[in-house]
Amino acid sequence: MSLTAASTPAGSDALPALDVAPWRLTGTVVGAAIADPALLDALGERVGQAPYRGAPRAPVLYVKPRHTLAAACSAFTLPAGADAVEVAATLALVIGHTACRVDAAAAAGCIAARALAVDLGLPLVSWYRPAAPARALDGSLRLGPPQPAAADVAAAPATLQVFVDGRLAQQVDTGRFLRTSAQLVAEVSEFMTLAAGDVLLVGLPHAAPLVRGGQRVHIEGSGLGSLQFTVEGAP
Amino acid sequence: MSRPGAGTGRTARTARVAHAGAIHEAHPHAAGVQLADGRVLAEDAVVWLPPVQPGTVVALGLNYADHVQELAKELARPAAPSDSEPLVFFKTAASLLGHRGLTWRPRAVRFMHYECELAVIIGHGGRNIAEPDAMAHVAGYTVANDYAIRDYLENWHRPNLRVKNRDGATVLGPWFVPAAEVGDPHALALRTWVNGKLVQQGHTSNMVHRVAPLVAWLSRFMTLAPGDVILTGTPEGVVNVDAGDEVVCEIEGIGRLVNTLADDAAFGR
Repeated sequence: MSLTAASTPAGSDALPALDVAPWRLTGTVVGAAIADPALLDALGERVGQAPYRGAPRAPVLYVKPRHTLAAACSAFTLPAGADAVEVAATLALVIGHTACRVDAAAAAGCIAARALAVDLGLPLVSWYRPAAPARALDGSLRLGPPQPAAADVAAAPATLQVFVDGRLAQQVDTGRFLRTSAQLVAEVSEFMTLAAGDVLLVGLPHAAPLVRGGQRVHIEGSGLGSLQFTVEGAP
Repeated sequence: MSRPGAGTGRTARTARVAHAGAIHEAHPHAAGVQLADGRVLAEDAVVWLPPVQPGTVVALGLNYADHVQELAKELARPAAPSDSEPLVFFKTAASLLGHRGLTWRPRAVRFMHYECELAVIIGHGGRNIAEPDAMAHVAGYTVANDYAIRDYLENWHRPNLRVKNRDGATVLGPWFVPAAEVGDPHALALRTWVNGKLVQQGHTSNMVHRVAPLVAWLSRFMTLAPGDVILTGTPEGVVNVDAGDEVVCEIEGIGRLVNTLADDAAFGR
């Protein structure tokens, strides 16, 4: 092992190709965990109580490390002890120009492309300090082919459909999320520089469908193509 | 050439430094550092980078019982007892910084603090690693200073990235020290000085979740890969630091990591 050689991300073969600048993804993927107002609505009074003590102010983020990235259409194997996985369809923003302390107007120009993304996790009962395994399982992130877009399109919301065994299980409208894509890039860039090739997931939809072993998932979004995979039971 | 560990590859401690237009492997030398090509330079004649190119950076929260006690007042829920699962979160590459670097200390915040931590570097990767085999997957260690700004703490997905994943606020180095040179990672004193004053003292024997069980536990849900880094948490003794302060984190036998805090103006804010 050479610790001084460039470390190739374990999931680098699962990184989709990018046909526009910056030409390749870095493998850094960050997502907004709390973006859907429906989650806060569902929590109701609990938002103001312990442990949360009020609605979140800054974007609530999570990291999808390299081990989570899998080829878009590869089967997902449930971890031991789980009989279903939550399938959260979302929109991935591919950063084209370094975003460091940009305002929302400039943020849209930092997005080079959009892609379908799906984040597979175990259902949470608390958002205070979620257990890492719930959101960082091996192979739990899939990215569709990035679609290059001009700034106005790059920052636009999208409507995504999730089909389980051919039946519509959820429609996700990112336009209802707490922040626009441009606002999210801007607020994240206040403390965390997003580099060209980094990916920002705009948010986890509330009440994402639970998919069991043996079921097939198909996700599509207008202008974003589609991705499909199967969920397999624990070995 | 007489550099330590010459010809033995990873058996010697190494740093990654930038000098005169290139990035080099460097080794300790009485006069500072020696590059792999033989040049000897003063410690301040090179730019110190994190000593490995990290893959995934995993960080532990509340992994020293004394630190849990220290934070008890602000924890909205009782902290984890020692028999519960580790509290881990992930960091991104943008947060990393090398030895002798500058970290932004926003003027508007009231409580920014250092955290001296033993950083474990994974060598041989793996999945479902058994605890008795876990130490064979550890390539070595370095020192980490993982800053936090508590003003930004919110009770959603703690610790939130605005607190713990800020640009250049996770400092690593100076040396990658091979595991064989360290021996028992739970026999090491940790100390932090601010402007020469000792402010934090702890011992790795007081970790709640130790290195071997951590490696085993992580590998149950994630495939560990070469270059992955585990930051194992900090003991008690965290106090506010200000712009201009020099913060030195030292772990016995591993190294002495220096960082300086800089004002808004230095970062164009």
